[in-house]
Amino acid sequence: MRTYGIYVLRRFGQFVLVVFIGINVAFLITHSTPIDPVEQAISSATQFGFSDPTAVEQLRQSLRELYGVEGTFWEKYIHFWTRLAVGDFGPSLSAFPTSVSALIGRALPWTIGLLTTSTLISWALGNFLGGLAGYYRENRILKAIGIVATGLQPIPSYIMSLLVLIMFGFVWPIFPISGGFQMNLSPELSFAFVRSVVEHSILPVLSLVLITIGVWFIGMRSIVSNIVTEDYVLYAELAGVDRHRILASYIMRNALAPQLTGLTLSLGAIFNGAIITEFVFGYPGVGTLLVRAVGTGDYSLVLGITSISIIAVATGVFIIDVMYPLIDPRVKLT
Amino acid sequence: MLRILRDLFRYNREFAIGATLVLMIVALSVASFFSPYPTLSTYVVPPDIPPSWAYPLGTNSRGQDVFWQLSASMRNSLLFGISVAFISRIISLVVGLTSGYLGGFADRVLMSINDTFVVMPLFPILMLFFFLMHDNMSWPLLALAMAALGWPYDARLIRSVALSLRTREFTTQSVFSGMSTPRILIEEHLPYVLPIVFATTMNNINWSIGLEVTLSVIGITNIETPTIGTMIYWANQHTAMVAGVWWWVLAPVATVVMTFIGLFLLAVSMNEYIDPRSRLARMEGSR
Repeated sequence: MRTYGIYVLRRFGQFVLVVFIGINVAFLITHSTPIDPVEQAISSATQFGFSDPTAVEQLRQSLRELYGVEGTFWEKYIHFWTRLAVGDFGPSLSAFPTSVSALIGRALPWTIGLLTTSTLISWALGNFLGGLAGYYRENRILKAIGIVATGLQPIPSYIMSLLVLIMFGFVWPIFPISGGFQMNLSPELSFAFVRSVVEHSILPVLSLVLITIGVWFIGMRSIVSNIVTEDYVLYAELAGVDRHRILASYIMRNALAPQLTGLTLSLGAIFNGAIITEFVFGYPGVGTLLVRAVGTGDYSLVLGITSISIIAVATGVFIIDVMYPLIDPRVKLT
Repeated sequence: MLRILRDLFRYNREFAIGATLVLMIVALSVASFFSPYPTLSTYVVPPDIPPSWAYPLGTNSRGQDVFWQLSASMRNSLLFGISVAFISRIISLVVGLTSGYLGGFADRVLMSINDTFVVMPLFPILMLFFFLMHDNMSWPLLALAMAALGWPYDARLIRSVALSLRTREFTTQSVFSGMSTPRILIEEHLPYVLPIVFATTMNNINWSIGLEVTLSVIGITNIETPTIGTMIYWANQHTAMVAGVWWWVLAPVATVVMTFIGLFLLAVSMNEYIDPRSRLARMEGSR
């Protein structure tokens, strides 16, 4: 158990490092670009006909205070971290006077739900089918799935979502293509509402699953086809162990460990994909919020979402890391 | 070299399909130099004509010939992808080779940073950057920013090879004969990792074209330059799918999907070429 403690501590160190470097990158970007974020925000805001000079001057004044552009480099740096620590990114410009934290807090559950559902489906299904394909190499159906997976793997999120949208929005319109739930329903725990949420999530989840399943399938297939040639598998076969048992507990279980590591490594990329997919389907999550914030010139919202995303992904990685001993108990023992 | 290519073409179906797709894409891009219309001008042909003999891929609502627009867009997107891949290859080679060769503390520090960048959600960071740069956005800057974020995954791969080269005898011999570290890395170790670098280049081109498309569709790149992404952006602006001008969306999407699959298959077959045993096994199998 002590070794597990050390393991968790090391992973926590990595978590802190990811958050630290990520937030520093965000800080450097916002403070080293030649563009003054305040002027940028004002020019974006006044673009849409908001140009009473005294109001602009007031806006400029309050933004300068808010963003902490006054003071030395270190003062600004400390200011940045303090605001992050208390989760205060100031009010949103486009949805004034709602605070940025409230907007993100409202959107984050949607993103987390979408991300968890699609990742679980894709990872489980991809690994299961990939494992079968690696073990039963001559199976026709599995070979066909392999070809489809190879074709799906390189297609990036936006194109995949667009294809799904065209498929089920224009060619064969059977699912709702936009939003998180039906407009006339109020968010409550009723059957109609839950059903509407599930219906609206089908297409985004489908796109996300299609984007990532190829990676898990192909990865698992190649790992399993390597393990199959190991002596202990041959021995188990000769000893008459049931083939299903060989596949499940002798081969798949061993192959899952690198696949779980792969999941932690690609969590950032999966998150990127979710953001883009949300934007395509107008899903009320962080991604749609981010794209809208960029469109309306809402600087504090963009910065807030960037920071929260970094922390959210790092947390996700940490959670998976902590669960790692479930699949590979050696972490606990040695 | 030619014989290897011929064998790959004959016995490796992935390579054959991949190479064919990529050749088609390259031919399409080169065709842009023979375009009868200047690519930036609008209303040079009648708008919204479906695919026909006169306009093989139809014309769009901005009065441009979709085929020639597509050709110029593909060229720009491809060039963009290649530049990002080239710059980020340099970074990942430097980090990977150094980290693998030096080992110890330097390796641990470099790889911690590396892993951090691997899990980082790059997209919001890129959005933040481009949001701030807004009016000062240019394609070289975009390429640089993406290259600065797109190296870590491959650096780890290169490091794992470099790690095994470190303990080989020829490395020891070079050290004893007084070669400097940079020279050992460039002259002795680089040739060993080049095949992997080629394979990762294909995937990196895919990655950067995919990101370019996404950023352009959101409208935060320079939308005046024709690329696959800006083409879809303009189609969306004119609500092409709703208006029934489906060929305007379908043409870039189909082309870019061909590119992705082509480059990916090339990368897969390149990996096979790196391991000659599996290449031989395949040749035996098909005989």
